Amino acid sequence: MATTVHEPPQIDSHRLPETSHSGNGGWRNLVPADGDLRLVQHYSPPASSTAIWVVLFAITMMFAAFTSALVVRKGASLDWRHFTLPSILYFNTVLLLVSSVTLEVSRRRVAAFMGGLRSQAERPARWLYVTLTFGLLFVAGQYIAWRQLSAQGLFLATNPSSSFFYVLTAAHALHILGGLGGIVFVIRKLNKSVLRRSTLDATARYWHFMDVLWVYLLLLLWMKL
Amino acid sequence: MHDMSAHAAQHHAPTTFIRKHVFSLDHKVIGKQYYALALLAALIGMVLSWLMRIHLGWTNAAIPGLQLLSKNGAPGGVMTPEYYLQLMTMHGTIMVFFVLTTAPFAAFGNYFLPIQVGAEDMPFPHFNMMSFWVTFVGFWVLIAAFFVSDGPSLGGWTQYAPLSAIGPVAGPGEGMGVILWATSIAIFCVGQLLGALNFITTTLDLRVKGMSMMRLPLSAWAWFITSCMGLTAFAVLMPACILLILDHVAGTSFFVASNLVLNDQLQPHSGGSTLLWQHLFWFFGHPEVYIAIVPGMGIVSHVLITNMRRPMLSHRVLIYSMGALAVLSYMVYGHHMFVSGMNPFSSLAFSFPTLAITIPSTIIVLIWTFSLYGSKLRINSASLFALGFVSMFVAGGVSGFFLAQPSIDIMLHATYFVVGHFHMVMGVAAMFGIFAGTYFWFPKMTGRMMNETLGKIHFVISFIGTYCIFMPFHYLGMAGNVRRYSAFVVEYMQPLIPVHRFITVAALITGAGQLVFVYNLIHSRFRGEPASDNPWQGTSLEWSTPTTPPPHNNFGDHLPVVYHDPYQYGVKSSTGDYVMQASPEQVATVNEEK
Repeated sequence: MATTVHEPPQIDSHRLPETSHSGNGGWRNLVPADGDLRLVQHYSPPASSTAIWVVLFAITMMFAAFTSALVVRKGASLDWRHFTLPSILYFNTVLLLVSSVTLEVSRRRVAAFMGGLRSQAERPARWLYVTLTFGLLFVAGQYIAWRQLSAQGLFLATNPSSSFFYVLTAAHALHILGGLGGIVFVIRKLNKSVLRRSTLDATARYWHFMDVLWVYLLLLLWMKL
Repeated sequence: MHDMSAHAAQHHAPTTFIRKHVFSLDHKVIGKQYYALALLAALIGMVLSWLMRIHLGWTNAAIPGLQLLSKNGAPGGVMTPEYYLQLMTMHGTIMVFFVLTTAPFAAFGNYFLPIQVGAEDMPFPHFNMMSFWVTFVGFWVLIAAFFVSDGPSLGGWTQYAPLSAIGPVAGPGEGMGVILWATSIAIFCVGQLLGALNFITTTLDLRVKGMSMMRLPLSAWAWFITSCMGLTAFAVLMPACILLILDHVAGTSFFVASNLVLNDQLQPHSGGSTLLWQHLFWFFGHPEVYIAIVPGMGIVSHVLITNMRRPMLSHRVLIYSMGALAVLSYMVYGHHMFVSGMNPFSSLAFSFPTLAITIPSTIIVLIWTFSLYGSKLRINSASLFALGFVSMFVAGGVSGFFLAQPSIDIMLHATYFVVGHFHMVMGVAAMFGIFAGTYFWFPKMTGRMMNETLGKIHFVISFIGTYCIFMPFHYLGMAGNVRRYSAFVVEYMQPLIPVHRFITVAALITGAGQLVFVYNLIHSRFRGEPASDNPWQGTSLEWSTPTTPPPHNNFGDHLPVVYHDPYQYGVKSSTGDYVMQASPEQVATVNEEK
């Protein structure tokens, strides 16, 4: 005869301190005002770490839908008009890739600071500002690309190929703006000493994903347009 | 302990009315807001169905007051064919999105998922609040279509291109009506994606100590599986709606083919693919069927187990079957397009998984029925509606076998057979799941019991009425009665009109029966008998809260620790024939599943 009583699985022990109100790790793990970031690392909640993968999956599905629409629409008719991509897109790609590097530098510095490396304590937000600048430059570069295309007479409704160019790049740019909002959020939290490590990690993952997504879109547009 | 003080500061219960009841971060309030929205939407959808049914029974009858809703659509109260289609579109859209998706998933899931996993709230309460308010805005954007010059769209809830992508030349409501429809649904998608984000992370990350995945109640599993489906489906529907809007407002040609002449006007679009919309829509649309029904499966299983006083034959197989439904639901969407002109081999390829999806469905039904067999089921409103759910799911599901085969579907496609099928298996079954959940959890949500006598009257009217309405649909379909016709002027359909009148009377009576439910809901909220913390002797964590309704942080000062599988009934314990998940009491049992 079996018994139903077992030792509870230790599924949450890595994140729950021995306190009451311990259900939601997502609200703990704040950076203490005295700056001793090591104290909070133990309590890093996984909720935002999981959430970011959920978000990235949804974005992947969205762009998969756009991609399949492009492939089907291109095959549906002979009206597809090929055009050369504006060369500034390649420059923008470099900007975005560099921004990912600077964000990674920033993430590691803040992480090291949280881990107790006092040498990293000075201006941990500096590289985040650099990333922000590169991100803004990327969006500005995309805007220039749209202007260049419209100067050639290629507008949203001119041809299905230009329609997809504008839709895909605009959808990606909107997501980039969301990422820039995330970086501003991280900077504000860091400056107030209330940044959670998981928030920083999630923002970085999002931003790197935007890089990968853009490279994919560029390849898709380069091959199909 | 700096982090504790900061943490506690964020946990203070809201004090202002706005923060407490309007822009609340509390998952329980958000759940109730979703429920209220779904109730309002259901009432509107039901009135629309009444109007349609009256028109179908007595085509030239003037419906008093209808002209106030639309002068052009119902001059003198007599519905025009176009207006019939507009009401039908709104009925379908409101019911599928704002009732069947909103109530069983977003309303009950929001309220009970965090409690059932033992959390104090969702991990992202601001997103959760945004999820509701975005959905709320989406609803009113859709309703606004009633008040624009040419009314709502007449394209049906599927909004097939090219007519949905052209503009006013395609008919009343095909201009601004479609734009409002697509905007509303795109907004709705955002709300559901935010909701899915919270549901998934709550289930994976906020489970309390001892709550392994297999110890989650079946309702929690159903919400988790549904949120995974929603994440995939709504992320595809949203871009489709964006492309549809662009075809309207920006003159693009995603969905409109070349040389299309409509009302003697050559359309300025070229080369678009009309089938593209169907592919994108049904990739969402079929999983949507399961998004509507799987939460009901979870709720009904939870309710039945509590009232059977014994667990299901297999907890795991039931979970795996719901998961199989979710996976297969993405592989079958093409069965909606058998007659669209796609390659016959594609039809065959979609037919096989469609037949295969009956396997997990059948397993679930068999688990329910064999678990029920020999049990001493407590008969109450909740368990009756749960049984009704099983009945509807089986009765409606059986006709799915026929529709899954392309050769038969060619005959039955776009007939009342299909309408009867999906209303029973998806619409009414899901509604019964909502009712079962309402009668079951109302005491926990309000601290008061619902009136059982009224509940049973509600069940009898709904159960008999539903069969009277939707079983004849199948016969109408087999007789060749085409759906979406506003009148049956063709000779062979005229003998069917008495059947339609019978259905109309049944619909009016059944609809009126729902007012009993609404009365019971409102009356019991204020005058119902006070409920105890655990009126049904349930075992899951929602019955372990220190107060009823649960306090702001759900469990007070101490979070529970889970010691047991979710459904330990039929045991001998100090509390009776059950032991709660959070009870450390040792009991002997033979039905625990590993």
